[in-house]
Amino acid sequence: MKRLHLERLANPQLLALAAVLLINWALFPNFFRITWQDGRLFGSAIDVLNRGAPVAILAIGMTGVIATKGVDLSVGAIMAVCGAVAATMVVAGYPTPIAVTAALGVGIVCGLWNGFLVAVLDIQPIIATLVLMVAGRGIAQLITEGYIVTFNDPTLIFIGTGSLLGFPMAAVIALVLMILVTLVVKRTAIGLFIQAIGVNRSAASLAGINSRILLMLVYGLSGFCAAIAGILVAADIRGADANNSGLWLELDAILAVVIGGTSLLGGKFSIPLAVVGAIIIQAMNTGILVSGFRPEFNLIVKAGMIILILMLQSPLVGTAVGFFKRDDKRVVSK
Amino acid sequence: MTIISKLAIAASLATALTSVAIAQDNLKGLTIGFSQIGSESGWRAAETSVTKQQAEERGIDLKFADAQQKQENQIKAIRGFIAQGVDAIIVAPVVATGWDDVLTEAKEAEIPVMLLDRGVDAPEDLYLTSVASDQVLEGRTAGDWLVKEVGDADCKIVELQGTVGSTPAINRKKGFEEAIVGHANLTIARSQTGDFTRAKGKEVMEGFIKAENGGADICAVYAHNDDMAVGAIQAIKDAGLKPGTDIKVVSIDGVPDIFAAMVAGEANATVELTPNMAGPAFDALSAFLADGTQPAKFIITESKLYTPADNPQGEYDTRKGLGY
Repeated sequence: MKRLHLERLANPQLLALAAVLLINWALFPNFFRITWQDGRLFGSAIDVLNRGAPVAILAIGMTGVIATKGVDLSVGAIMAVCGAVAATMVVAGYPTPIAVTAALGVGIVCGLWNGFLVAVLDIQPIIATLVLMVAGRGIAQLITEGYIVTFNDPTLIFIGTGSLLGFPMAAVIALVLMILVTLVVKRTAIGLFIQAIGVNRSAASLAGINSRILLMLVYGLSGFCAAIAGILVAADIRGADANNSGLWLELDAILAVVIGGTSLLGGKFSIPLAVVGAIIIQAMNTGILVSGFRPEFNLIVKAGMIILILMLQSPLVGTAVGFFKRDDKRVVSK
Repeated sequence: MTIISKLAIAASLATALTSVAIAQDNLKGLTIGFSQIGSESGWRAAETSVTKQQAEERGIDLKFADAQQKQENQIKAIRGFIAQGVDAIIVAPVVATGWDDVLTEAKEAEIPVMLLDRGVDAPEDLYLTSVASDQVLEGRTAGDWLVKEVGDADCKIVELQGTVGSTPAINRKKGFEEAIVGHANLTIARSQTGDFTRAKGKEVMEGFIKAENGGADICAVYAHNDDMAVGAIQAIKDAGLKPGTDIKVVSIDGVPDIFAAMVAGEANATVELTPNMAGPAFDALSAFLADGTQPAKFIITESKLYTPADNPQGEYDTRKGLGY
């Protein structure tokens, strides 16, 4: 039992996170300085949690989709749509709970639409979700009529910028969602079913798994997660920016899942590690901001770090490391 | 447009050529095609609505084509305008290159073409004039304001750049640096990209505040556009500081929300990028049609500075409906 824990701590994701945080600390000694201000924690490390939350939430839904050998390119656009729905509804005078519920509902519907295309019409996921990726932003612009719809609704703003026990709401929501989804997936057979579909969908169907319903469910969850992220991002800037909300975040979410060790070929997956992946990405982003690098280097630094992290996870490197670790035959035999 | 009305216009144009000084009125009844890039930003939407307003005031029949950010759509639209035999074409080009062929076609059809807010890499004789703002001047105006505002006091500035490598980001940075050079008390302490968006502007400002002693060391933030400034204002407030007082906020564009921030005392200055690029273009066309006056090849629009002393509430109200 003890050995298992040590192994868990030594997994490449947590090592990468520790490495990124150490680099940040070296570049900016105050990185971990956290103060208490206006009833909340305040510091760069807290920023990482707060800013990383939207991608972490997207990654939770994305993990399920990727585990079924799919991919959801539409999450960024769904964020824009749901943010736009929530913002325009509160501006139009609807009570906040109704606006938020409607936005979440729209997200689920968008996700189910993707699921329908993939599961029932058997369209390849990358194409099926591309439809909404392209169209979604247009729908969001239609809803906002091209404006940035700004609002002053205190409840909605609290969701985006408030805090619970000192921690930013966005991070709290991401954490709760991660725990809930992980519990549902791991404590029931659903996780196994998802994995089975990812490994071989026809075999899974023959074994009696209703792959259609399950795929719809997985894409629906991804849409739901995107809706939460979209509401958070809009609430954070007190406005729905249809042009920019969630732009390219689908790629960050996929990256987070991949850094989290889930294969794009489906099968074995881990939701908590995908969230760690999202935190790693954000730790890099925040690190670049406080380090004082010139912006021209942002992407180069990020690319370099990501290549390193992904190389650490490659089977070849794993074998090489295993060669030097006498007793870790598991890695070699895989 | 019917042949008869075309003939009528041709006749009226002929008379217009003989009699000078019918400026403005001679555009009445003309058909002008407008190929717009798309609606990627609030400013772009405002430009579209102001162009429509300007055309309506002059009695112009404006044919509008939205290119959805694609050059091939713009070229298609321009070819369509030529086929319809419009009297003039205005284009807001999405990229600088690849216009030679279609502009030559317009020239051969003797349809004057005017460019709005961005130039093109094409021979100058292929278009009548190009109306644009001077982005370096915008940056310099913002910088000059800050130099005057702080006087001899030391001032550590943080800069929120636009998208890395984009022309407005390069030029607005350059102009601002030109303004503060020679004033040793003003230094740019940090500079990062906020991609012209509110969300990124807020995130980057949060980082700057942490990096600069909780924001206590920052005297002013210069944002390459108002949206990033609006995001930065929220970050400053979240850090328990007062934007506009503890940290001065100066930015560029003049969108309604920055005027709302000024009303609230949270922003100090903005340099307007006027959405009225079409007005000067129509005037140039009018003079050209009246007596063949060749307008300047590059018409530079005014980069006006607005501060809370310039009736921000009024500015907010006039801009609110423009589609920003």
